[in-house]
Amino acid sequence: MASRYFPHTPDDVRRMLGVCGASSLADLYSDVPDSLLLNRSYDLPPSMSEPEVKAWFDAAFARCTPLTCFAGAGAYDHYTPAVIPAITSRSEFLTAYTPYQPEISQGTLQYIFEYQSMMASLTGLDVSNASMYDGATATAEAMIMAVNAARKKRRVLVSATINPAVAAVVNTYARYQNIAVEVIPQHDGVTDREALREMLGAGDVAGVIAQTPNYYGIIEDFDGWADEIHAVKALFIINAPALPLAVLKTPGEWGADIAVGDAQSLGMPLSYGGPYLGYMTARQSLIRKLPGRIVGATTDDRGQRVFVLTLQAREQHIRREKATSNICSNQGIMTLHAAMYMALMGAKGLRDVNSLSASAAHELARRLEATGKIKLSHPHKPFLNEFKVTIADGYDTAGILDALREAGILGGVAIDEREMIIACTETRTEAEIELYVSTVNNL
Amino acid sequence: MTNVYYLPSHEYARVEGEIAYIGISKFAAEQLGNVVYVDMPEMDDDVVAGEEFGAIESVKAASDLFSPVSGAVVEINEELIDNPRLINEDPEAHWIIKVEMSDKSELEKLLSPEAYAKLCESEKH
Amino acid sequence: MNRRLYDKLIFEHSHTGRHGCDLPRAIWPDALAELPGTLMRTEAPALPEVDEPTVVRHYTNQSTNNFGVDTGFYPLGSCTMKYNPKLNDALASAPAIAGLHPHSPACAAQGALEIYWTLQRSLAEIGGMAEFTLNPFAGAHGELTGLMVIHAWHDSREDYGRTKVLVPDSAHGTNPASAHIAGYEVVEVKSLADGTIDVDDLRSKLGPDVAAVMMTNPNTVGMFEKNIPAIAEAVHAAGALLYYDGANLNPMVGMARPGDMGFDVMHINLHKTFSTPHGGGGPGAGPVGVRAGLEEFLPAPRVMKKADGAFAIEEAGGSHSLGRISSWLGNYTVFIRALAYILTLGADGLAHVGPLATLNANYVMHSLDDLYLLPIPGPCKHEFVFDGLRDKSTGVTTLHIAKRLLDLGFHAPTIYFPLLFHESLMIEPTETESIETLDTFIEAMRRIACEAVENPELVKSAPHDTPAGRADDTEAALHPVVTYAQYLAANAHD
Repeated sequence: MASRYFPHTPDDVRRMLGVCGASSLADLYSDVPDSLLLNRSYDLPPSMSEPEVKAWFDAAFARCTPLTCFAGAGAYDHYTPAVIPAITSRSEFLTAYTPYQPEISQGTLQYIFEYQSMMASLTGLDVSNASMYDGATATAEAMIMAVNAARKKRRVLVSATINPAVAAVVNTYARYQNIAVEVIPQHDGVTDREALREMLGAGDVAGVIAQTPNYYGIIEDFDGWADEIHAVKALFIINAPALPLAVLKTPGEWGADIAVGDAQSLGMPLSYGGPYLGYMTARQSLIRKLPGRIVGATTDDRGQRVFVLTLQAREQHIRREKATSNICSNQGIMTLHAAMYMALMGAKGLRDVNSLSASAAHELARRLEATGKIKLSHPHKPFLNEFKVTIADGYDTAGILDALREAGILGGVAIDEREMIIACTETRTEAEIELYVSTVNNL
Repeated sequence: MTNVYYLPSHEYARVEGEIAYIGISKFAAEQLGNVVYVDMPEMDDDVVAGEEFGAIESVKAASDLFSPVSGAVVEINEELIDNPRLINEDPEAHWIIKVEMSDKSELEKLLSPEAYAKLCESEKH
Repeated sequence: MNRRLYDKLIFEHSHTGRHGCDLPRAIWPDALAELPGTLMRTEAPALPEVDEPTVVRHYTNQSTNNFGVDTGFYPLGSCTMKYNPKLNDALASAPAIAGLHPHSPACAAQGALEIYWTLQRSLAEIGGMAEFTLNPFAGAHGELTGLMVIHAWHDSREDYGRTKVLVPDSAHGTNPASAHIAGYEVVEVKSLADGTIDVDDLRSKLGPDVAAVMMTNPNTVGMFEKNIPAIAEAVHAAGALLYYDGANLNPMVGMARPGDMGFDVMHINLHKTFSTPHGGGGPGAGPVGVRAGLEEFLPAPRVMKKADGAFAIEEAGGSHSLGRISSWLGNYTVFIRALAYILTLGADGLAHVGPLATLNANYVMHSLDDLYLLPIPGPCKHEFVFDGLRDKSTGVTTLHIAKRLLDLGFHAPTIYFPLLFHESLMIEPTETESIETLDTFIEAMRRIACEAVENPELVKSAPHDTPAGRADDTEAALHPVVTYAQYLAANAHD
């Protein structure tokens, strides 16, 4: 037959048709009305050999310009240790489906259990699910959890400082669920605490969502938030990129009920936006409200410790429209990536990656301020590896980003004509930072 | 005189004065298998006849719990939090919630034990 | 596969002072030291301390406890576990893409956008749709997105009274769950004895309050819904739209297109029909296609080809876009794999996908229906459902058969789904399996039928030869232990 992926010889097909009592492959479609049969080839190119396909893609890849990455806004250029793709590409892991048969899926189940354990500890909470699609959909699912837990309350407060793409996804989900999302304004780059207090006071709040480090890279201070939010029986949801939580006060320590975010910062390739990994962890009391798969430890009939998909009665294949979520496929193998990254780094390595990334960002911020053309928008606010800048009069973000691109640099993410956010990771070198600064100086 | 009433969705209400003890029938417990969790309302919550008040889960199934009567929840069976399997042992003894009824006339719309037994018989086939 | 379970957890390899990474030297002052202590965590996360060789050996050993398509035959119904070509994986890890930030300007990402756009156009041709978005992350996410398209369309017509979505009782669980998340009330439509939808029941439930009808075609028992033209007409006459759940698209590839059947909106599971690996749960991708007239409702951002041939991203999407359902363009590297599959097979190769998948399924069905109960006689499409063994007297159930298959070196079929039969055993062989593989599977199934009579205990107590035995699910659900910390706490009490 036509392709190396089909084992069938013409003789095989004849023999098999014989067993089926059919005289041709077309016979097997006799139940499809003639008017619905395509009866032509697709209007697509003819088949290609392996080298031809590779050449097609190589030509496409060549039309992507490699740029030194100072962009963040939810996706960070951290290094991927070579060990990780070597293991995640093992086909015993990669070509398996969801672990429905635990007897022959302990590999998958065990790494998910390890991932859940590490993620719970990283976020300072008790339990974790086996992943969501990305940080944005994880946040939307957390909102739905809060509304379900609150039964009749339908107001959800979302800080103005969360990533606008995350806010957009939250708004999409909210619109169709008839949830009223209201924005808590910001003040000097952080959530306006007084405004939050007033909005909570107005009643009917099911949940509050805020992000740290926030969209501008600023570390939010959530001191006292949990008490006020819990006083009105609402849930406190913190969105945070995974890596900074190795050094920052955790959602658990702030008193949050649910932590969500993107785990891309755990060394996942940028890959033009995906696949990344949404995580979700929560207090123990919310375990049966979590969306998606959860792996638990138990014993088998031989007395061995084994792992299984558990609490499945929450899920769509059993609960159908009453399920906590519609999620079925999740980000699977990316949890292995996250677990391996955290295992290789350990707590000290994660601290060091944060330190190197933050130190590079602080150095770049200092040098940019010295140019007189770019200054920190919120100079008194603490930041880690990402910061928001304001462009001096006479320049604009587009002009600066264009000049940087010509120098081979992706200089950041524009917020508007006068403001942008810039991120560094441990992969940025002295020479790259110097090139960034000299390019700005030469404008 | 009977004081036990049923919903076709297999919940019972055992009535003592103004109080109804609400649980699931023996037939429902058998259908469900090993109960692993009971999702219960909180004290003082209101329940409405015919509406959902919680859920009950076994390993591979789950069903919503509907209240046979309207009223306020005056007690939940806290024993079931740590030991939900009591429901498998004796579902009639291990009620789930205790409700102070607001309208006893609702009982007239429920099934008698005889009518309920007939319903179970028909569901077996 | 290992016959002995490798059961250590990475935490149990930890030794204080070991590490598995080397980082660049610090050249600037430590910025963490300047941050206020009140914003920093007080205790380091509880992570293992392990060296690199230990990590590699640990996960390599774990992988030997796993079964993938590359390990053996995986006839998991409705999951289309076909061969995952290696070329596609190699292309997906290209450095040009690995280093490409999603906020790269379009001029620096022309090749990446061309890949996205080419796949979008190819799927439109295969689905018979006007336009596709690739943004949804998975099949269920595609369903949700598709239903939001439908919702946005009705809203644009100020038709706000449509609150219900009709779903057949044989549907995948994600259908009703997605409809609920999209804000709809779910109404079930009955199936007939032959497994197809009861058109009279459907008609009786259609009305001005129905927004959409979701269907899978072929349906979950592997039967083609031959009344689909009449169904589409009735649905459209009632002012509703018809949604195609693409989980079962594989047998239609090369043969028929959902757009030509009258469907308005559809999703495709790239990790099923288009051969991308499922990764033990994901990442998948659930592109959504729409017929002409619905393009403007697709989610943002969208990838467009401009008149000058350059590719661009429309951040806000079309004029009536339902909004964003993802931060960026979805699980991008999955698109590379799917497009590589389409380019490799080409129009001539794709023409054989559906027919060969259907041939394989019918061959297995005809080779076993003397021993296994076939509730709906064929011809099936890509999959079919047995209702357990014909001989029910042995007490051997579908669960036992599934577990015994694991002993004999096969992944189990999908079991206890669809919910139409008590002992559903849903088999989908896919087109990438040879007659020899199918014959060994048939032989194993026949052997189990014999064992059920001669030595039923052997089957009922299976599996015997797998790394792990039957797990205590009840204990796992009664007292959930979902982290290592909880595991240590639970065992400290004992």
